[in-house]
Amino acid sequence: MPFNLLVFACILYVVFLFAVAFIVERRAQAGRLGWLRSPLVYTLSLSIYCTAWTFYGAVGYAARSGLEFLTIYFGPTLVFIGWWWLLRKLVRIGRQYRVTSIADLISSRFGKSNTLGVIVTVMAVVAATPYIALQLQSVVLSFGVFASVTPDGVSPPDPGSTAIWVAVGLALFTILFGTRNLDAKEQHHGIVTAIAVEAVVKLVALLAVGSFVVWGIADGVGDIIARIDASDLSAWQVEPGRWTGLIFLSAAAVITLPRMFQVMVVENDDEGHLARASWAFPLYLMLMSLFIVPIAVVGLDRLPAGSNPDMFILTLPLAEGQGALAMLVFLGGFSSATSMVIVESIALATMISNHVVIPLWLRLRPKAGAGDDLRLVVLNARRLAIAAVLALGYGYYQISGGSAALAAIGLIAFLGVAQVLPALLAGLFWRGANKNGALLGLLTGFVIWAYTSFLPSFGPGAMLSEAVFTQGLFGLSWLRPQALFGTEGMDPMIHALFWSLTLNVIALCLGSLLTFPAPLERLQGAAFVNVFEGAVGPQRWARGQAEPEALLTMAQRILGEDAALTLFQSAARDQGKDGFLPDPTPAFLDTLEARLSGSVGAATAHAMISQLVGRATVTVEDLMAVASESAQIMEYSAQLEAREAELTRTAGALREANEKLMQLSIQKDAFLSQISHELRTPMTSIRAFSEILTEGDLPPEMVTKYGQIIHDEAKRLTRLLDDLLDLSVLENGTVQLTLELASLQQMLDTALTAARQTRPERSFTIHRDLPSEAIYLKTDADRLTQVFINLISNARKYCDAAEPELRIAVRQRAGRVTIDFIDNGKGIPKESQSLIFEKFARLTDANRAGGAGLGLAICREIMTNLGGSVAYLPGQGGAAFRLTVPLRLEKLAA
Amino acid sequence: MTGHVLLVEDEPNIAEAIRFILARDGLRVSHLADGLEALAAVRGDRPDLVILDHMLPGLSGLEILSAIRADPDTRTVPVMMLTARGRDREAAERAGADRFISKPFSNAEILAEVRAMMNR
Repeated sequence: MPFNLLVFACILYVVFLFAVAFIVERRAQAGRLGWLRSPLVYTLSLSIYCTAWTFYGAVGYAARSGLEFLTIYFGPTLVFIGWWWLLRKLVRIGRQYRVTSIADLISSRFGKSNTLGVIVTVMAVVAATPYIALQLQSVVLSFGVFASVTPDGVSPPDPGSTAIWVAVGLALFTILFGTRNLDAKEQHHGIVTAIAVEAVVKLVALLAVGSFVVWGIADGVGDIIARIDASDLSAWQVEPGRWTGLIFLSAAAVITLPRMFQVMVVENDDEGHLARASWAFPLYLMLMSLFIVPIAVVGLDRLPAGSNPDMFILTLPLAEGQGALAMLVFLGGFSSATSMVIVESIALATMISNHVVIPLWLRLRPKAGAGDDLRLVVLNARRLAIAAVLALGYGYYQISGGSAALAAIGLIAFLGVAQVLPALLAGLFWRGANKNGALLGLLTGFVIWAYTSFLPSFGPGAMLSEAVFTQGLFGLSWLRPQALFGTEGMDPMIHALFWSLTLNVIALCLGSLLTFPAPLERLQGAAFVNVFEGAVGPQRWARGQAEPEALLTMAQRILGEDAALTLFQSAARDQGKDGFLPDPTPAFLDTLEARLSGSVGAATAHAMISQLVGRATVTVEDLMAVASESAQIMEYSAQLEAREAELTRTAGALREANEKLMQLSIQKDAFLSQISHELRTPMTSIRAFSEILTEGDLPPEMVTKYGQIIHDEAKRLTRLLDDLLDLSVLENGTVQLTLELASLQQMLDTALTAARQTRPERSFTIHRDLPSEAIYLKTDADRLTQVFINLISNARKYCDAAEPELRIAVRQRAGRVTIDFIDNGKGIPKESQSLIFEKFARLTDANRAGGAGLGLAICREIMTNLGGSVAYLPGQGGAAFRLTVPLRLEKLAA
Repeated sequence: MTGHVLLVEDEPNIAEAIRFILARDGLRVSHLADGLEALAAVRGDRPDLVILDHMLPGLSGLEILSAIRADPDTRTVPVMMLTARGRDREAAERAGADRFISKPFSNAEILAEVRAMMNR
């Protein structure tokens, strides 16, 4: 088969995956996921467990070591069937605490310690790098197989350049689809679906080759069984020690591998999916392993001695002249490699950005303002991290020279990530486990793994000198990397497994028992261990002194403006408040922290809120709650606390309502005397000048001048009366609306022209985005324009910037249109924000600029009548108002 | 009739009307719209009469009146207050205003009041 055709097929396949991911992303954004959010897709996405190592390597493994390859499938099967409750707890915690990665989980459980997050991140990156290199190698090897049988004399491709193209392509794909959303909990539906498609391709390819081998080359099942019996494979003995070790190792890996955690926990949409996967995933694994032995046996039989058994699955169909089948297998292997690399690099990038880059960034720029959009930093950090992870994988591939050492690296990587398992299990099931224990355990396990397994894997003399191998570190014979404490004669893998995990667990237990945990660790421990018992954990925040506006500014930096405003508005609404600023109740702070955790990880989110709340987050009461070891008592007291908090909040709301009523009553008096003043002022002028005019004896130019004053003041009187009438009509809901289709852009044009006549006349820069204004609204155009004029005039009157600017931003979403008017002045002080929409609420005398103080009250009434709203947007720098109108107003609001 | 009247009023049209009426009667009228400037003018120019509007930007009429009465140098300057609100009269009285005129007023009324005060 021509090599070019192969490249072409690869590219076509990647384009197809692009299309799948793209379409699904679009549907996810539109909220139309449907069957794409199903147990089937979830189960298929779990199949990234089967990487190229399993796809190609399993046959090789079987050809070399008989049935031992099955251990790699037994482990996950046992976990999914037997340890289902563990997975359920993981998924529950992941969803409840918006866990973004396994590093985040460990860090969050042990007192939101970022040190732990960093350690797990480093371990994951170190263990994953050779594994990614392995995937690159498999793609390069499979290319090579095709090239070597190419008859037309095309020289085989340079493996290095193939690998770099594959790495670059994967990095691009992953960056495109893996870093579209910031909130890692918002998930990557596009990628997951592409992975599911790849899972199908893998399975179909393996089954197709298997069927071809059994019924195409051999004479059916009976013949194959006879061949297996006759082959060397049947002579292999089961070694109980090694089997147990490998099964345990693969079981640990399926829980702790960053990519497995990503698809199993982070991308999980529904806990119910896990129940389905608990039998469907083992079934998938069984189908994947069904034909491994027949392929190995037939391969050994048919192919020349010395052929690479890892490539049997590809070389068998090629040798039999089945080009199309070989192509399918090739795509299956390509799928296995790409899906693993994509998900792994997303998972690692999330860890790197949340635990390394963002904490550093925040430390370097702790006081950055609202304009500094942290989301961009996070996204760029993830993009760079993805590129870096792939570069590391490529670098490892180049340095190791694609050597045979890579073949063993899968298990070594498994053992590396398995070092997280003790901390994870202790975190989920042992409340006494604490940060120091976890730290000690992880470091011990990691060091021993590196010393006994990872570094020796490069071979004697490469990373560790031969002397170390034979005589031990510093010449101490009990420190030989493959015979620790004199345990000679063990299988190196099992030796490393035994010592690293045993010492890991011992260190974890000793550390936890001998040191005292911080209060936050105890709270988190209780919350994680008892995740199923009480949804209400103890409040982690005492009633905060944080300024809601400061919280909002911070949330906007991380979640983005829209998401933050929506979150704050709905929280305010739940508290029975208008506007965008909820009280910083403990419950709200918890909610906010959880949302931020989904973007930047638990440790960073906690640190950021602590900074604003400005004091220790755990109080004596919290400590007392922790001290009671009985979960029931704690839950009960938590409920009491919640109820008490609810009462306090209600009392606060009542007090606020009362204050508002009193203010309103004062305002009503002020309203009447204000009306009186506003009416008397023009009347005074009119009366005085009309008397002057009737007294006669005036030069004609004075008569004209004074006549004009009378005219102007009469008009002013009329306008005031019109406003009052307008307001009363709007308030009574007796207003007649004229609904028509009208161009938003034209309305804004009209309003800007009209508002230009507002005093004081000065130059004012208007920023508009005309394309976004190309919307036709079905509404009362005159009324809406009236609101526009009012807001623009207000900006002209009150904006106190030296070079005043007004930005008009239009957005359309779900049948509603929002129009923001944001100026660059000082804005409206917080204490006045809730008053400005009241009648005659001209803020201070110093600020008055000639209006009667009815403008915003009229605006609010008009917007209510138009089925929309007007609200003050806090935290925008200057004064900012957001109008919301329905795209199509269908019936009269009255 | 001669004398110097300081008029403190932020509505330009009302100020123009009063200025016209008093000037026609021979009085010298200086007009200020800002409270702080007005306070400085009372101290510096020693007008024979201050006509003070109640609602002013910056310092309110009442605050200016209190400041005038608190300063021994200006304590005796006669002050007439223009009030739009009926019940503001009480507060103005306590602050030491000599006379009140309610808006809207007739030209004859304000002229008579001013004459009466200037002749004391």
